[in-house]
Amino acid sequence: MLTLSHFLVLAAVLFGISVIGLFLNRKNLIILLMAIELMLLAVNTNFIAFSHFLQDLNGQVFVFFILAVAAAESAIGLAILVVLFRNLSTIHVDDLDRMKG
Amino acid sequence: MEFKLILFYVLSAILVGSSLGVITSRNPVNAAMFLVLSFFTAGAVWMLAQAEFLAIVLILVYVGAVMVLFLFVVMMLDINFDRLRQGFWSYLPLGALIGILMILEMSIVLGGQYFQVLDTPLPPELANSSNTKDLGLLLYTQYTYPDQVAAAILLVAIIAAIILTYRGRKDTKRQVIADQVAVKAADRLRVVKMDAVKPQPAVTAAPESEAGDGAAK
Repeated sequence: MLTLSHFLVLAAVLFGISVIGLFLNRKNLIILLMAIELMLLAVNTNFIAFSHFLQDLNGQVFVFFILAVAAAESAIGLAILVVLFRNLSTIHVDDLDRMKG
Repeated sequence: MEFKLILFYVLSAILVGSSLGVITSRNPVNAAMFLVLSFFTAGAVWMLAQAEFLAIVLILVYVGAVMVLFLFVVMMLDINFDRLRQGFWSYLPLGALIGILMILEMSIVLGGQYFQVLDTPLPPELANSSNTKDLGLLLYTQYTYPDQVAAAILLVAIIAAIILTYRGRKDTKRQVIADQVAVKAADRLRVVKMDAVKPQPAVTAAPESEAGDGAAK
């Protein structure tokens, strides 16, 4: 039978993969944003699993709000990325050291 | 094994494989396409948990809007991706150690006996209602204020994204109100000192003009 822990372990594996992705792609801002989206997906899967197995619809409302905020976050992140590339002609993380004293 | 369990394992395998593809692919376009696949598969997993509305919303909003935005940005920027890959594998041991430790710890806790909640059949008044309708009722009664806040956040995000990337047209002429207010009288008006009566120029060239008239005739 499909149990709650199946979904939770799947979300944990997804979260761990995206943490590894943050380590591997620490120079590439675009893939970093994608790894953050994967993390949010894992969290949302947890919410949906609990909502289904505890038969409480409030969890799905939270997923709704997380989706809205995540869409806003990725839109602003990509806009910042475009402005950064326009000014510096690079998105290499090592080149973004203007604030270093 | 029942059918739902087999379906869950197949979908999980696709999901984990495609998210590994997201973090390891050499080309960001491939990474974005793998991310599309993982969102799509996650939508299927959510549908397995009977969250039909959110599964459709995930596919429409994420695959349809956010991932297209990612692809636009990846294709618009002319980036040297080889330089971004430098030292890619050097952090793999540390990253893999931390990630696998996290997965193991969470699996030990979440795979334990207290999370083996079975799929109990819904009570009949819930089983016959639609997920979208129930979610809408909850969203527009109990969660109306958070819903408005989410709308405001999306509006702020639109304005912020436009302001960040807007460069303006070069050929428009517009008023600069600050300059207009700060203008002094001396910038616009020059007072020239002049005599009250101009001296008459001496008439000396009269014979030459008469000679000119004669030549013309």
